[in-house]
Amino acid sequence: MAMSLCLAATVIGIVWLFLILFSLVWNGVPHLSLSTFIEQTPPPGEQDGGLANAIFGTLLMTVIGVGIGAPIGILAGTYLAEYGRYEKLSPTVRFINDILLSAPSIIIGLFIYGAVVVPMKHFSALAGSLALAVIVIPVVVRTTEDMLSLVPNTLREAASALGLPRAHVVWHVSYRAARSGIITGVLLAVARIAGETAPLLFTAFSNNFWSSNLLKPMASLPATINTFINTPDTNMKQLAWTGALLITVAVLTLNIAARALSNSKHDK
Amino acid sequence: MSVSEHRVSLLAQSAADRAKVLVSMATGDRIFSTVTRVCAYGVLLLLAGIMLSLVIGAWPAIQAFGLEFLVTRRWAPQLDEPVLGALAPIYGTLLTSFIAMIIAVPFGLGVAIFLTELCPIPLRRPIRVAIELLAGVPSIIYGMWGFFVLGPFLAQHVEPAIVWAVQDIPVLNTIFGAEVISNISLFNASLILAIMILPFITAIAVDVFGTVPPVLKESAYGIGCTTWEVVKNVVIPFTRVGLVGGIMLALGRALGETMAVTFIIGNSFQIDGSIFSPGTTISAAIASEFAESSDVHRAALMYLGLLLFILTFIVLAAARLMLARLDKRAGA
Repeated sequence: MAMSLCLAATVIGIVWLFLILFSLVWNGVPHLSLSTFIEQTPPPGEQDGGLANAIFGTLLMTVIGVGIGAPIGILAGTYLAEYGRYEKLSPTVRFINDILLSAPSIIIGLFIYGAVVVPMKHFSALAGSLALAVIVIPVVVRTTEDMLSLVPNTLREAASALGLPRAHVVWHVSYRAARSGIITGVLLAVARIAGETAPLLFTAFSNNFWSSNLLKPMASLPATINTFINTPDTNMKQLAWTGALLITVAVLTLNIAARALSNSKHDK
Repeated sequence: MSVSEHRVSLLAQSAADRAKVLVSMATGDRIFSTVTRVCAYGVLLLLAGIMLSLVIGAWPAIQAFGLEFLVTRRWAPQLDEPVLGALAPIYGTLLTSFIAMIIAVPFGLGVAIFLTELCPIPLRRPIRVAIELLAGVPSIIYGMWGFFVLGPFLAQHVEPAIVWAVQDIPVLNTIFGAEVISNISLFNASLILAIMILPFITAIAVDVFGTVPPVLKESAYGIGCTTWEVVKNVVIPFTRVGLVGGIMLALGRALGETMAVTFIIGNSFQIDGSIFSPGTTISAAIASEFAESSDVHRAALMYLGLLLFILTFIVLAAARLMLARLDKRAGA
């Protein structure tokens, strides 16, 4: 009896996933066309328009966010796994990192607002990228440390016995052995920030035209969806569904890619 | 130059090269270890920076309202002398998270039990991946889906029936009462939150159930226990600490979730005891009002953010400590 309840729970859990995917495809696909990718976001009342500037903004800010966050995260993870594995402060760093990992993303937005937007006196794509970087760091620290800890110590000892300094052991032995795991972590971090909305609302803000200036507000897919959902304009609502479909497909693809990568490693 | 002289000079040169290489390697090592150390301590600085930035941003509101902020029910930023209190968003945050947990915990554990004990092995991986993908869907998608699909459905087909069924029962007709049933309500927000945290609970529970030594389960089956008895008497007692830790991790997630609830909670600062009326949460209030706020209003939203951060910090810290205890036991 209780066991059939468990089965029912599983079925319902999976049905949700398909219901959500189904409504995304149902509402998002009809409006999907070439103009989605090449036209700017429309003002209310217009009948066409696309999401080109929002897609560009998301790509740019995600790349910069990962570009800043991933190296810092990898280096910090390296310290926790290699140099400072048994140091006194390391457990504290791990603990704080785990908490930052699940800290509400809107708090990160407030933090960057106070630390970057207020001193600069205006919203900017740079602030948005930094907020995303702050979200990337704990994810990458965690996976890097976990993956480096899986590298057998005998490998490190063998390299050290040849007289290699620690930095070379890390670069040429540990990193090489843990490479696919570390890349998986970075991919998961990309998947995590690509759909983040809350930290962008008051850092990168949004706009309605093409902009590649990092010091100016910049549109992003999630922030655009957020604005368009709240309008009465049907065309904009349609675009919001299309944007939601794009972002979900991108995030799910990244997740599946990361999973495939880590599996191919386990199979070896 | 004789051959032996040549050899001596070569040796001297290679010794000098060797020394040079060793020095450069040692320097490189020192630089690399310092850089990694700085990055690791940077994580601590990040936490300090977040705290500091929130406190500085909230300072005008902390000065103006003090701790009374926590118990003030009114939220009137438009007045000349704004009166701002956090009671309504705190109430909304705690209530939606509570309802979401009530729904999601049994479901999540049910799925985890199914996956670890009952599911045919070839199906295990696909189902687990599907549930984990559900965790990867960005929260704004949940919010949007709740706003356009789930909210209207509940308001048209489910909630009127519940309101009608309990209209003459005291207490229940307050909790489930509503004069106007709309697409936006605390209950809808809670349901979306529950769908969001279900995969987290499942994923953690599956991991935690995996720490039960097979010998324990096998001996229980060996003395004739049914699957349910094994789960109830062996698996769950053995993993209790880890389960509570995992559930609190999901709670931390629910408390701070923003985009999934902002659209369908209505951002209305009222406390009327009904879960079918609109309300607000801390994060929804910040997301809806921050961009248009100024001065004390903005500082008060920062103050809300600070409260949320402290609240989630405590919950997450407790969760991590519990999970760490389980790890220690599994390692021992």
